[in-house]
Amino acid sequence: MRYLPLTDADRDAMLATIGAPSIDALFADVPAEARLSAPISGLPNHASELAVERHFSKLARQNMAAAHHPFFLGCGAYRHHVPASVDHLIQRGEFLTAYTPYQPEIAQGTLQMLFEFQTQVARLFGCDVANASMYDGSTACWEAISMAGRITKRKKVVLSSGLHPHYVSVAETMARFTGDVLDIALPELDAATDAERLLAAIDHETSCVVVQYPDILGRIEDLTAIAAKAHGQGAMLIAVVTEPVALGAIRAPGDMGADIVVGEGQSLGVGLQFGGPYVGLFACKEKFLRQMPGRLCGETVDAEGKRGFVLTLSTREQHIRREKATSNICTNAGLCALAFSIHMTLLGEKGLRDLAMLNHANAVRAADRLAAIPGVELVNDAFFNEFTLRLPKAARPVVHALADKGVLGGVSLGRLFPGADALENGLVVAVTEVVTEDDVEALAGALEEILA
Amino acid sequence: MTINQSGWRPEMAAGEGASASTYTGNRALMPEEALIFEIGDTHTTGVDIADAPQVTSRLGGLERRWEFGLPGLSEPETVRHYTRLSRQNYAIDLGLFPLGSCTMKHNPRLNEKVARMKGFADVHPLQPQETVQGALAVIHELAEWLITLTGMHGVAMSPKAGAHGELCGVLAIKAALEARGEDRPVILVPESAHGTNPATAAFAGFRVENIPATDEGRVDVAALKARLGPDVAGVMITNPNTCGLFERDLKVISDAVHAAGGYVYCDGANFNAIVGRVRPGDLGVDAMHINLHKTFSTPHGGGGPGSGPVVLSEALAPFGPLPFVVRNAEGGYRLIEEENAQGDHAQSFGRMTAFHGQMGMYTRALSYILSHGSDGLRQVSGDAVLNANYVLRSLEDVLDAPFGAAGPCMHEALFSDAGLAEGFSTLDIAKGLIDEGYHPMTVYFPLVVHGAMLVEPTETESKATLDQFIGALRSVALRARQGDPALKSAPHFAPRRRLDETLAARKPVLVWKEAELAQAAE
Repeated sequence: MRYLPLTDADRDAMLATIGAPSIDALFADVPAEARLSAPISGLPNHASELAVERHFSKLARQNMAAAHHPFFLGCGAYRHHVPASVDHLIQRGEFLTAYTPYQPEIAQGTLQMLFEFQTQVARLFGCDVANASMYDGSTACWEAISMAGRITKRKKVVLSSGLHPHYVSVAETMARFTGDVLDIALPELDAATDAERLLAAIDHETSCVVVQYPDILGRIEDLTAIAAKAHGQGAMLIAVVTEPVALGAIRAPGDMGADIVVGEGQSLGVGLQFGGPYVGLFACKEKFLRQMPGRLCGETVDAEGKRGFVLTLSTREQHIRREKATSNICTNAGLCALAFSIHMTLLGEKGLRDLAMLNHANAVRAADRLAAIPGVELVNDAFFNEFTLRLPKAARPVVHALADKGVLGGVSLGRLFPGADALENGLVVAVTEVVTEDDVEALAGALEEILA
Repeated sequence: MTINQSGWRPEMAAGEGASASTYTGNRALMPEEALIFEIGDTHTTGVDIADAPQVTSRLGGLERRWEFGLPGLSEPETVRHYTRLSRQNYAIDLGLFPLGSCTMKHNPRLNEKVARMKGFADVHPLQPQETVQGALAVIHELAEWLITLTGMHGVAMSPKAGAHGELCGVLAIKAALEARGEDRPVILVPESAHGTNPATAAFAGFRVENIPATDEGRVDVAALKARLGPDVAGVMITNPNTCGLFERDLKVISDAVHAAGGYVYCDGANFNAIVGRVRPGDLGVDAMHINLHKTFSTPHGGGGPGSGPVVLSEALAPFGPLPFVVRNAEGGYRLIEEENAQGDHAQSFGRMTAFHGQMGMYTRALSYILSHGSDGLRQVSGDAVLNANYVLRSLEDVLDAPFGAAGPCMHEALFSDAGLAEGFSTLDIAKGLIDEGYHPMTVYFPLVVHGAMLVEPTETESKATLDQFIGALRSVALRARQGDPALKSAPHFAPRRRLDETLAARKPVLVWKEAELAQAAE
């Protein structure tokens, strides 16, 4: 077996040192009735590298890869071009095969990268501080709600109807066990968000209000009034960003008064990967930093006075605080955070702005082209790189018909909000820098045929 | 020493080593590297982006104002920055990584290759299911392996890491109790448990009570049985436990817990010791998470991403999270999500994450599993346990092995700080090992052993590698017993000397600030 270096002669010599007759004898503490005497039956035995690769190649061919088709899906996961050097650098063994940097003298590479990542995320979101990443956007969103509860000592949570329904589901799952009370609603196929509903719902019992920006239908709005109302009631504003590239074009939530900004960082460096692993982004105002969940990297000096970095404030964390920890989370998304950080460094502020404006311009042109199809209406007034169309019939079968024609044409609201009849004609279309004019024409042509 | 200065360069200390100082602060192949905020600027980019077509903005008057301070580097500078940083890390690719309870084994590059196939890496989680049948097949195939290897009834694939898996298992227990209409507020956790266990139980709203360990490092079964009752929801037990020992009485414990109406959660962090040899389902376990980044070799990546599928017993499986993959009669695959979770699945406690979990980790883990096969996985646990016992017996004359007399260990060897010279500690041994070119073992865990050192070599290591490591640890241990003062200031040869963690926590500097801002904040 190619991954196991011991030879039988090695094993015999080592057993002699140990004073055991066999490897099986080392398992003497396992009760005999639970000890298996041979490999588990019904499963294949070891396979060559070639055979394994062949198996996966066969399965991979059964999927429609985005690269090979006109592709317009978003709703929390976006397809962007990732520079080749990103994937090269994250595969360096010193990053890929390192552990959590608990021994900082020999982990400065990971630690400095995390310090840079935290600063990048904080600046992108318009916040003071950020942590070293979380599992993904949806879990970061729940952790933010949980953090707001610790700070305000309140249980009422107002969720915007523009929040990704999976994020809402995660919060519902958790709230069922923590006793938080969620105020939720379905979105409407309308250019206006539910800001009025949120403003009316925030009161002196509200812990936090959660708003996605851009929201699940691609709409964008100024959050200043919601922040002001929340703060006036002693509540917190949590903003959720599932498309960080947008913040190269539109104002940062932190600059509009958000207390905590969380997000999904997959857009930069990570790729689609059928939904994971992704990277949760988490930033907040400095005054709340000791209530933050997750790992934090901080600057310090070594015994010679040289600058260095360590994991810090671990007295918030489970391995010290145990049942009193701010969160049970024990890991971050280190390698995905690295990919995010490298991509962001390659872009820089200029590159991020140019990328964002290219996304927006492509989306504007595509929106106008698609809305020109008879019976199709553009729902949004304002948007970044994603918008919602109202089709003359249910969008879900249309998406399947488009796939039959080789076009991955967007996400139907019927898939995201099953059973919500008022939403079933909605189709959410994302248009990034990878979408060509030919792709837009392919989608428009296929839609015209299907709707005719 | 001032920190946070633009254009920062290290200052060499006077005295020892000063004669070897260099202009750059570099030491030959060991370069110093400034922060991107010190070497980049907001006008530099390493990406060529096409000109945007002229359109009228639809940004609703929300245009962002410049600049907010994200520095860029050119592509060659970027490649060099991260390559230079990488060289300041220790990694499995560089050598033995004996971090107990973390299972730092070889990460095969075949796994990386298959995970990057476009059919897996470049598919969107919300694509129509008929366009992702191969991806769903991978999830289903891995699920079947995990169920068979553990002898359990079902598996929840979506948890994002071990602690998320623990939460999944505990929520399943809570949901099952709710379905029975019972309020049982207490979870029992042994003192030797990972910190995540009590943190998870508390997060789910349970009260945590500790169960003591016996003198030989196992759960005190009598104490546990005495505490069982109608207020106890269940126990969380790690097996093999954090002392590196198999909990011989787990089946007895499970039977007692079940008889008292509770459930058994098993922390599967140490599954590498028993894979292919013991099925936790045979021991009465109701839920167990499996860290794919431990037993099944997906890379640790400097702290994630992980993946923590949870195998479930027949009693708990109906309460597991959404979504999951089923195979239909025609041989195709489909996702069970909120809209089609009917019948038995209607009892699911809900969704734990957006989308369907850690696909990129599933491909890697399945690649590892298929490479080993049933026979190879049995050899994995055998070699892992053999290597750990070899380390234990080769060092117990110079390091105190508190449970060494009790018999063989499992996949990790546990030592204490007994017998070290006055003023010398486990930390000094760890830092001494760094100078010898190794990552230290896990230190000060488990908490039940004073100055604990937990050594997990894994099956990855050859006898020659182990012999050299044993020689190095023996040498460092002897220096600690003899009170060698040079050990107190180790490491001497790493990119940094011991770092001031107290300063970092007292005055947290978590983001970079320009020099004038940093000074203003002082």
